Amino acid sequence: MHAEEKLTYETWPAEPEKSTLEAKNKFLGFWFFLGGETVLFASLFATYLALKDKVPDSTHHLAKDLFELPLTFVATMLLLTSSLTSVYAMYHMKNFNAKKMNLWLVITLLLGAAFLVLEIYEFNHYVHEFHHTFTSSAFGSAFYTLVGFHGGHVAFGLLWITTLIVRNAKRGLDLYNAPKFYVASLYWHFIDVVWVFIFTVVYLMGMVG
Amino acid sequence: MSTYAQKKGFGATLWDYLTTVDHKKIAILYLIAGGFFFVVGGLEAVFIRIQLAVPNNDFVSAGLFNEIITMHGTTMIFLAAMPLVFAFMNAVMPLQIGARDVAFPFVNALGFWLFFFGGVFLNLSWFFDGAPDAGWTSYASLAMASKGHGVDFYVLGLQISGIGTLIGGINFLVTIINMRAPGMTYMRMPLFTWSTFVTSALILFAFPPLTVGLVLMMFDRMFGSNFFEASMGGNTVIWEHLFWIFGHPEVYILVLPAFGIFSEIFAMFSRKRLFGYSSMVFATVLIGFLGFMVWAHHMFTTGLGPVANAIFAVATMAIGVPTGIKIFNWLLTMWGGSVKFTTPMHYAVAFIPSFVAGGVTGVMLAAAAADYQYHDTYFVVAHFHYVIVGGVVFAILAGTHLYWPKMFGTMLNETLGKITFWLFFIGFHMTFFIQHFLGLWGMPRRVFTYLPGQGFETSNLISSLGAVFMSLGVIVLLYNVIMTSVKNERVGNDPWGDGRTLEWSLPSPPPFYNFKQLPLVRGLDAYWLEKMEGKKGMTPAEPLGDIHMPNASFLPFVIAFGLFVAAFGALFNMDDKAWSVPVIIIGLLITFGAMFLRSVKDDHGFHIHKEELMEDDNDKGVKA
Repeated sequence: MHAEEKLTYETWPAEPEKSTLEAKNKFLGFWFFLGGETVLFASLFATYLALKDKVPDSTHHLAKDLFELPLTFVATMLLLTSSLTSVYAMYHMKNFNAKKMNLWLVITLLLGAAFLVLEIYEFNHYVHEFHHTFTSSAFGSAFYTLVGFHGGHVAFGLLWITTLIVRNAKRGLDLYNAPKFYVASLYWHFIDVVWVFIFTVVYLMGMVG
Repeated sequence: MSTYAQKKGFGATLWDYLTTVDHKKIAILYLIAGGFFFVVGGLEAVFIRIQLAVPNNDFVSAGLFNEIITMHGTTMIFLAAMPLVFAFMNAVMPLQIGARDVAFPFVNALGFWLFFFGGVFLNLSWFFDGAPDAGWTSYASLAMASKGHGVDFYVLGLQISGIGTLIGGINFLVTIINMRAPGMTYMRMPLFTWSTFVTSALILFAFPPLTVGLVLMMFDRMFGSNFFEASMGGNTVIWEHLFWIFGHPEVYILVLPAFGIFSEIFAMFSRKRLFGYSSMVFATVLIGFLGFMVWAHHMFTTGLGPVANAIFAVATMAIGVPTGIKIFNWLLTMWGGSVKFTTPMHYAVAFIPSFVAGGVTGVMLAAAAADYQYHDTYFVVAHFHYVIVGGVVFAILAGTHLYWPKMFGTMLNETLGKITFWLFFIGFHMTFFIQHFLGLWGMPRRVFTYLPGQGFETSNLISSLGAVFMSLGVIVLLYNVIMTSVKNERVGNDPWGDGRTLEWSLPSPPPFYNFKQLPLVRGLDAYWLEKMEGKKGMTPAEPLGDIHMPNASFLPFVIAFGLFVAAFGALFNMDDKAWSVPVIIIGLLITFGAMFLRSVKDDHGFHIHKEELMEDDNDKGVKA
C-alpha cells in the first residue's frame, strides 16, 4: 500500500496507523519517544520528591497547606475524559469516518484547554494567596517545574492536534495522515498517564503530609 | 533523478550537504564535524600537558586551566567521541542490515544539525568572556558559583546537542527493528549492528536525565529557581545523581560501538567467524543493562552510606563478567585464524591489553573503601583514559581506516596508517601509564600545577612527552587523509578482500539508494557465505522495481539554527539585557515555524524508476 493512494471505506485497512513502512516506523519510533519521555518525567518526579517541602524557613507554605482536592479532582476528570474522547476519535479514524473523528478530537481539545485553564488558575492562586512561586523556595521550583512540564506538554498537544485537524480538514483520511492522528492520540494518552502520577504523587501524597 | 552522477560545483555540493537526508552523507558530516572537534579537544589536551610538564609552570593561569580541562572533557565526550561513533553507525549500520536508508532520514539530518549547532554554541564560549570551568561533570556546587557565562554555554550547548543524540538513538532503534533485509534475523545481525542497537537503547533512556539536569541548572542560573541553592532548600546532590544516571551509561554508549567495530575487525582479519557470536550478543545486552545500575560508583565519597556504596560496588564489579566474556571471545577468534596485520587489526590487537588495563583499574576503583584513596587523583584520570582512549579512540581510528574506502571510495595508505598507529600507541601508554603512579603518589586531578620536590617532576614530563607522540600520530593521519584524497585511487566493493558483512557487497561508496534489489540473507556473515560458495554477490530477494526515496530538505538545518539563536537569548537573560527575551522568542519562532512547515507540508518522497536503475548498470565507470 502506498501513502498517497485514495482509499474508500471498503479498502481502508484494519490498522491504518501501521499499514505502510513509513507508518510502521512512525508508530514504533513514537513509542520509543514516549519511553524517553517516561524517563524524563521520572527524573522530574525524583527531583520533586527530593525537594518536596524543602523551604528556607517556616513562613513558607508546605504541600499540605497549598493543595485543594476539589480543584485538582475536576482537573483530573477533565483530562481523563479527554483521553476517552480521543479513543472515540481513533475508533472513527479506524472506521474511515473523518468527520466524526474530527468532532471527537475537537471535544478532546476543549477538555484539554479547560484543564489548562484550571491549571493556570491554580498556579495564579498559589502565587497570589500563598506567595508560593517558582523562585521562592526549592519546593516551589520543583513543583512548578514538574507540573509545568506536564502543562507545557498539554499545551503542545493542543497546538499539535489543532494543526492536524486544520491541515486535514478538507481532504479526509488517507494512509499518510492516519498515522499522524494516531501518534498524536498516543501522545495525548501519555500526558494523561503522567497526570495520574502527578495527581497521586503531588496532590494526594501532598495532602496526607 | 539521475543527476547524482554528474560533477557538481562547490556551491551545489555545499547545498547538497546542507539539505541531505542520505545516511551516507550524514555520516561524512558527522565524521568531519567530529574530527574537527577531536582536533580541538586534542589541542586542549596538549595545553594541559604543556602546563603540567614542569612544576610551578605559568603557561596558563589557574582559571584558564579550569576552562581548558572542562572543555577538553566536554568536547572529547560529547563533540568528538559521540559524533565519530555516530559517523560509523550512520555509514555502516543501514548497509549491514540491508536497508536503503534509516527509518527517519529527515530526523537523521536534524540530529546531526542539532549536534553541530550545540557544539558550535559550546565552543563560542571561548569568545564570550570565558569557557565553562566547572569540570565536564559540572557539579552544581561548582557550577552555581561559576562567574561569567561559561557554565551557561555548557548547559545550553549540551542541551541542544543532547536532543540531537536522543532522536538519533530512536532512529537507529526503529531502523534495526523495522528495516532489516529478508533473512536478516536478529541473530544474524553483525556485531556492530547489535552494538548500535543496544547503544541506541542506552541513549534513549540515559539522555532524558541529562536533559532534566541541564534544565534544572538552566532554571537556576538563568531564571532564578533554587534547585541547587541550599539556603533555599535546594540540594546539589540531585545534580550528581541526574548527571551520573546519564553519565555512566554514556560510557557504555561510547564503548559498545567500539566493541562492535573491533568484533568486525577481529573476524575480518582473522578470516574466521566471530568466536561465540551468541555470547557476544548476550554480553552486549547485559553490559547495556548493568550500565544503568552502577551510576553511584562515581559518588562513593559523596556520603550515600555504606549500604548504597556496597550495592553499587558489587554491581560495578559484575560488569567485569560480560566484558571478560568479550575479551576471551576476541582472543579465541584470533586463535587458529589466518591473521592479517592490517592497520585496523593493529588497533584491535593493541586494544585488548590496553582496555584490559583500564578494566582492571576499574575493578580497583569499584572497591568503595579503596576508592576513598583513589578519588580525585590521577589514578582516576589514568583509568578513564585507558578505557576511553584505549577502547573508544582506538576503535574510532581503526574504524576510520577500515571504513574509509566504504565511505569515500579510496583506501588510506597502509604504511602511513601503521606509522600513525605506532606513534599513537606508544604516545598513549607513555602519557597515561605513568599517571596511575602519579595518582597513587597523591597527585590530585584538576589542579593547575604542582610544587617541585614532591617526586612528580619526571613522571609528569614523561606524560607530557607522550602527548607529543599522540599529536604526531594524528598529524600523520591527517596527512594520510589529504594524500589519499588527492590521489583518489578508486577501489572496488571489497577492498580489504576479507569483507564478511553486507556493506562489502556494495560498490564503494554505494549508490545513494544502497541496494538496487534487497539482498537475501542466508546466515551470519552473509556476504562471506556467498563468496565461499563462489558467488560474486548477494542473491536478490526481490525483482528489480521502483525504489522509494526521501526528499532532501533544508528544514533540519533551520530547526537547529532556531534553537542556536534562542540559546543566545536565554544566555544573556541573566544579565537583564533588554534584547534577550525577543531573541529567545525569535529563535523559538524559527524552530517551531520550521517544525510547523514540516508538519503541514506533505512530503511523499520520490521514486527512482526501474528504467533508471537499469541505465545505471551501463555507466558504471562514472562515480558520484
